[in-house]
Amino acid sequence: MKKLFALLLAAALSLGTLSGCHGSTKIGSFSVPSELDMSRDFEITFWAKNDTNKAQTRVYENAIEKFTGLYPNITVKLRLYTDYGKIYNDVITNISTGTTPNVCITYPDHIATYITGSNTVVPLESLISDPVYGLGGSGLRFDSPSANELVPEFLKECQLGGIQYALPYMRSTEALYVNKTYVEKLGYTLPETVTWDFIWEVSDAATQKDGDGNYLINGQKVMIPFIYKSTDNMMIQSLKQLDAGYSTQTGEIKLFNETTKDILYTIAEHVKKGAFSTFKISSYPANFLNAGQCIFAVDSTAGATWMGTDAPLSDISEDKLVEFETAVLPVPQYDPENPVMISQGPSMCIFNKEDPQEVLASWLFCQFLLTDEIQIAYAKTEGYIPVTTTAHQSEEYLKYLDSCGIDGNEHYEVKIKASKLLLENTQNTFVTPVFNGSASLRDAAGQLIENVTKSIRRGETVDEEYMSELFSDVASLYRLNEGGVLASGKAELGPLPVQSVALLSCIALAWVGIIGYLVYGRIRARKRRLLENI
Amino acid sequence: MKRFLAVLLAALLAVTMLAACGDNANDDPQNGGNGNEVVGNGDETPDNGEADGEDDVQGDEDVVVMSYAEYAAAELETQVVVETYVQAKQSWWENSATLYTQDQDGAYFIYNVACSEEDYAKLTEGTKIRVTGYKAEWAGEIEIIDGTFEIIEGDTFVAEPKDVTSLLGTDELIDSQNQLVSFKGMTVEPSTDADGNEVAYLYSWDGSGTEGDDLYFNVSVNGNTYSFVVESYLCDSTTEVYSAVKNLQVGDKIDMEGFLYWYEGVNPHIISVTPAAE
Repeated sequence: MKKLFALLLAAALSLGTLSGCHGSTKIGSFSVPSELDMSRDFEITFWAKNDTNKAQTRVYENAIEKFTGLYPNITVKLRLYTDYGKIYNDVITNISTGTTPNVCITYPDHIATYITGSNTVVPLESLISDPVYGLGGSGLRFDSPSANELVPEFLKECQLGGIQYALPYMRSTEALYVNKTYVEKLGYTLPETVTWDFIWEVSDAATQKDGDGNYLINGQKVMIPFIYKSTDNMMIQSLKQLDAGYSTQTGEIKLFNETTKDILYTIAEHVKKGAFSTFKISSYPANFLNAGQCIFAVDSTAGATWMGTDAPLSDISEDKLVEFETAVLPVPQYDPENPVMISQGPSMCIFNKEDPQEVLASWLFCQFLLTDEIQIAYAKTEGYIPVTTTAHQSEEYLKYLDSCGIDGNEHYEVKIKASKLLLENTQNTFVTPVFNGSASLRDAAGQLIENVTKSIRRGETVDEEYMSELFSDVASLYRLNEGGVLASGKAELGPLPVQSVALLSCIALAWVGIIGYLVYGRIRARKRRLLENI
Repeated sequence: MKRFLAVLLAALLAVTMLAACGDNANDDPQNGGNGNEVVGNGDETPDNGEADGEDDVQGDEDVVVMSYAEYAAAELETQVVVETYVQAKQSWWENSATLYTQDQDGAYFIYNVACSEEDYAKLTEGTKIRVTGYKAEWAGEIEIIDGTFEIIEGDTFVAEPKDVTSLLGTDELIDSQNQLVSFKGMTVEPSTDADGNEVAYLYSWDGSGTEGDDLYFNVSVNGNTYSFVVESYLCDSTTEVYSAVKNLQVGDKIDMEGFLYWYEGVNPHIISVTPAAE
């Protein structure tokens, strides 16, 4: 009886220990079920990103309504974000509690972090190729594109280590939105592709003021000729154009190099003249552009509906709008004959769950978002392009592109020009290597520009000593070590939390107790036998 | 002995489970889950490389604390040191906090000041702090960024809302920027939702958001209409003001309190909505 009691206690202890790990319960790898169980109800959560654009919200809602019409036993709960970083932070938090969404809009950089957990994100190969439920599968209740109807470059961008962890949802790039009226007023002719030299020259020229402190070009007290929204992209594209180091495919860090320094010195020179600022420091480029307070605004093509005097979306009051002609060009280039620009935009990943049926339901919804109707509807909301060739070649989409500028909303000229920019340059796009830590490296690239810009604005000296300290500080902040390889997590994670220390201590004490009990029992038994022998 | 051992093991089991199931709410989510990767958005420490906490604060004899007038007169992008009182906390994330603060003379919006989670918990309403940072402007909002702070024990101050209703639409309004203010007897005006319907409020500025997002609503006085917001980081969907705004009807007469935030013009962060006093 006593032995049984001790065994029960030991078993209970084991259970307690296991239950203590509830937040990190491991899920087995996913296998595609042979059939979707239509007798069961499923509720899947979809964390989506919109660009603070109600048209996009409507597309998501319509997609859900149509999907649930086809699959009445699958309910989709939409949670909207306006920021990829917030989705990333929430996913990380929810991985630890086992409460990840089913489907999530994301960047491949972020997936690289998600998959460091065990079976957290579902590899999609077996789903994609499943003859019944895969892309173009026979058992689908909708017309899905086949695997070879996804733009191959975009599909490949969602592979990590050769494994397909995501599907592309939409693609965009960055565009240079130009106040052409002011460029010409300054005596320049806008080329088809702007070089970095051109943009700095014109920007410097636009900083001239009159005796009252008003800028000659706009007669206002405010003029920031060149504003860049995403400084990480600014650095990444500059380095790519110059064929300089950023990172290797395997995660070796090459960012902190002499070319990076030269780029930063150039930026510093023009910040000093008042020719350049950033979104983080000043505000949205569109607000300055539309108020006639900026000439060159670089932002995503997915921000095109905010750009220009007649932009359908605006954050500034009408009395601040200035009339000008908006040109939509590729981002500035070092070699305009061989333009290079980033490929970006939302992708979709599926989180693994205990129930493979739930994962299959998630996959079906994910796939539904690739149908022509959804792809074209979402692409029309901004300067995005669909990720399937079927949508690209559809009559509806081609007609949409041909209708550029016929109205100021659905066919807003700047927006469709931005989409065309990417369609015409798909072969000139690139993505950065994805690895665990690539998101940090991206942030670090932008931070270098932000820091230099701030320092110049604050009257600090930017020289070799400054650069050395900057590289060191940013590498430290983003845990990029001196050797160029991301530091291992262990040293950076800090001391164990108190709860973990208590847990481990208790387990150790419990084992001491169990072993002590067994030894004590053995000794008593031996003593008893000795006494019996006597 | 066996009974003792059993009790000991049971006690250990209980402690183990308690430890394992402890409150994880305060865990750093970036170290949660797979735990191998921490990615910040650059806000973990101030951009100027200053470290968090009181160690970096100079001794009192070296510090020249500015009055509000001196702060207001300071050029943008210059270093400022102010002593001010916490009125409300907007958010904490990755060791930085955003605070609404005010002294007897004026208000200071403190954006992403370096702040440990422990220190953030100490920042109750009225707490006096000394902030060292840089004066900056973002979309018209004057703020202190890249800063550090220390708590100054003893003295406290909680501002009374200043009625600025009559200043709406005037150039003087900006002089009260960031202060705790009130608006009296304003009328709720329609906004247009995603389906083109006239409604009393919107989730997000254009109706593209959902429950939990910022609430935008229009209010008018003297024939002019203004856009006010319930900032969801400051007042989330569990707060009274969030519910109050969701219950508004077009045409309602209301009184409001909030912080006089700026985004491309006046954009108050509302913390209280009540029916207008007769």
